[in-house]
Amino acid sequence: MEGSIVDGLKYAGAGLACIGMGGAAVGVGIIVGNFLSGALRNPAAAQGQTAMMFVGIALAEAMGIFSFLVALLLMFAL
Amino acid sequence: MRRRARQRETALAKQAVEGELNIDPMHQFEIKRLVPMDLGFVDLSFTNSALFTFIAIGLTIVFLWTAVSGHSLVPSRMQSVAESMYEFVRNMVRDTAGDEALKYFPYIFTLFVFILACNLLGMIPYSFTVTSHFAVTVFLALAVFISVTVIGFMKHGTHFLSFFWPSDAPAVMRPFLCLIEIISYFVRPVSHSIRLGANMMAGHAVLKVLGGFVGAMGVFGFLPILGITAMTLLEFVVAILQAYVFAILTCVYLNDSLNLH
Repeated sequence: MEGSIVDGLKYAGAGLACIGMGGAAVGVGIIVGNFLSGALRNPAAAQGQTAMMFVGIALAEAMGIFSFLVALLLMFAL
Repeated sequence: MRRRARQRETALAKQAVEGELNIDPMHQFEIKRLVPMDLGFVDLSFTNSALFTFIAIGLTIVFLWTAVSGHSLVPSRMQSVAESMYEFVRNMVRDTAGDEALKYFPYIFTLFVFILACNLLGMIPYSFTVTSHFAVTVFLALAVFISVTVIGFMKHGTHFLSFFWPSDAPAVMRPFLCLIEIISYFVRPVSHSIRLGANMMAGHAVLKVLGGFVGAMGVFGFLPILGITAMTLLEFVVAILQAYVFAILTCVYLNDSLNLH
């Protein structure tokens, strides 16, 4: 055993921050799933909404990115 | 920092002796000074990051130049690739931000092509991914953020501030919503830049970690290789998708400042 408790807790915190990725995964899954179910009902309208789907994915993914940011800050900045 | 680096070195050496996984997945993102040029107050060294930026820009210029140099009515293969890229981005700008935003189309097309070139260049083994560094992506995102804000103020004057005041919400909610709007506006460059950088960095690091498994698994080393093949395919999709997402989010932000919701 070597290193300080603070270092160990830092790594634990960075690992815990990765739980946030699950939220981003759920969000992206819901968006794409709903897009697909809508697109299969009305394929003619699907083409115009693809861009909106990607914007929605990007916005949902942003929350996962913030958890990644927290992990990065814990590992390298604090 | 130095202590941590030394610890890592000794740990790596220990692993190398034991013949286990001894790959540092972050090694590929290391910045090396190719031509050192330290001016004292600023470090202007020509790094591998700068080299690959120049390669990406050079390849883009050469590609687009030769593609349209024939400018025939019936396009050749290369010309049709360049034309479809142009049309794709142009339609994206018009669909998301309206006809008025076509004035800023060259900027968005440049962003898209530059990021695409950097991402795809990074997929070549032993090359360097310029967009995996937050220093690069934060600069790109801040440029978008500042120019979009300036465009908003240029077009609407101080009326642009009404963007933060949701006038169709219930009166009690308005101050809180205003606060949320302001926070979400200033968080934009953060998520915009880190999305691109983190996606590029994480994918490449995963490839390296899987590469480490090949050595560690001995006879069954072919299993991770199958995984690497699939991941490489996914990485190409991510490389193109992230360039697209960066460009389309720029369009969305441009739409917000041109049309105010």
